[in-house]
Amino acid sequence: MSAQAEQKVERVLVAPGDKLAEGDYRILTPTTAYKVGNSYYSLVVGLLELNTQEKSLKVIPLKGSYYPRVGDVVVGIVSDVGLTSWELDIRAPFPGVLYAVDYLGRAINPSKENLKDFLDVGDVVVGKIEVFDRTRNPVISTKGKEFGKVVNGALAEINPVKVPRLIGKKGSMQSLIESETNCKLVIGNNGRILILCEDKQYEDIVVRAIRKIELEAHISGLTDRVREFILVEKVKRGLVGNERREA
Amino acid sequence: MRGEKPKLVSEDGVRHDGRRLDELRPTRMEVGILSNASGSAYVEFGKTRVIAAVYGPREPPQRYMVLPHRAVLRCRYHMAPFSTDERKNPAPSRREIEISKVIREALEPVVMSEAFPRTSIDIFIEVISADGGTRTAALNAASLALADAGIPMRDLVAAVAVGKVNGYLVLDIDQVEDNYSEADMPVAMAPSLNMVTLLQLNGVLTPRDFSQAMNLALKGINEIYKLQKETLRNKYLVRVE
Repeated sequence: MSAQAEQKVERVLVAPGDKLAEGDYRILTPTTAYKVGNSYYSLVVGLLELNTQEKSLKVIPLKGSYYPRVGDVVVGIVSDVGLTSWELDIRAPFPGVLYAVDYLGRAINPSKENLKDFLDVGDVVVGKIEVFDRTRNPVISTKGKEFGKVVNGALAEINPVKVPRLIGKKGSMQSLIESETNCKLVIGNNGRILILCEDKQYEDIVVRAIRKIELEAHISGLTDRVREFILVEKVKRGLVGNERREA
Repeated sequence: MRGEKPKLVSEDGVRHDGRRLDELRPTRMEVGILSNASGSAYVEFGKTRVIAAVYGPREPPQRYMVLPHRAVLRCRYHMAPFSTDERKNPAPSRREIEISKVIREALEPVVMSEAFPRTSIDIFIEVISADGGTRTAALNAASLALADAGIPMRDLVAAVAVGKVNGYLVLDIDQVEDNYSEADMPVAMAPSLNMVTLLQLNGVLTPRDFSQAMNLALKGINEIYKLQKETLRNKYLVRVE
């Protein structure tokens, strides 16, 4: 057991149609693996994590698009202003709908007020998917103090399947980046990230770190490499002295 | 065209370009060649060269297209004006429209379109150099591009054409062989599922020829399938080093 804990679960690169296992397994990622008869096959190019002890398997996709789910935090950009609602681009196959009643917290009279005065095309909104099923477009809600219109910060985009990597186990990667750079990250499940930094130089470092995570998400030891990367970038910019380097 | 038949296969089973009867043309595949598409692929079989791009799942351009229970697959096969010996009119011909349809139908059984209701998945295939076997090359490229886009697929589709030339069954026939062939049979399969998704036959084959031709196609398809998987894996393996 100790040897296994050390090695973690072995990861194998698989392609669509690859046979993953035979027998009785539990599929932890039903969107990327499936079962025919007694065999399990991969649906995507991804990394297979086969746990023979717990009889479970998992295929982590390496590329993919965003498909909304209820409860997701999304960073949207207003793409259209209607009479009583806005349409947001949330990088999904469907536009997100944000109702004025929800955003403003009161009913509005379309003949007296113009929604353009509150949110215009191009404005960035952080929200949560409140309602979504196969019959209607996702409805976004901005209720909550962490949600609403974004007035400052920078936006970065990554492939949505890499978002769990960027957050890390129990938020480890996110808190690492935040503590090392003194920035705040708002990570949308749709792969849009809002970066709130005091200092432009730190903002650059965060963007570069995010790029690195996206490119190397499938290689193990990522957290350590990102920590080192941030440190090197800080030294390059003269943000930390030699005493930090030795430690 | 069928006046006097040139001898394309010698008695000892060597073809006009030096291949054996059951040999594929030199094959090259690459994925992720276009940065603006969700997924893309380049496939080369000898002088046949094809590029495929996949976009989506995205909102269909027209509302009437949406299906409530699954994604619509849209496919366009197109030959570039410079792909043939004589300039080809870039307007989609009857042949291209039909090939677009058969390619779409060959891919529909493997793409998990029910995971993306009310969306469309768009496949664009451009033949940049044609030397026979373009529909099979296009299908190989399209299947790679779909996998590269991260669209869930039950299996990859691999395709190859078998022909009958001078009485011999030959694998992966090229333009010259096709022009003087007795039969031409493109086959596409999802090998892991053991499912044939495209089977066309142009010309005449006896029932015995047919089963032999299928076996020959199967051999080619397995080779191509292996190469496709290797190509998909290589994209990520390269980055590790």
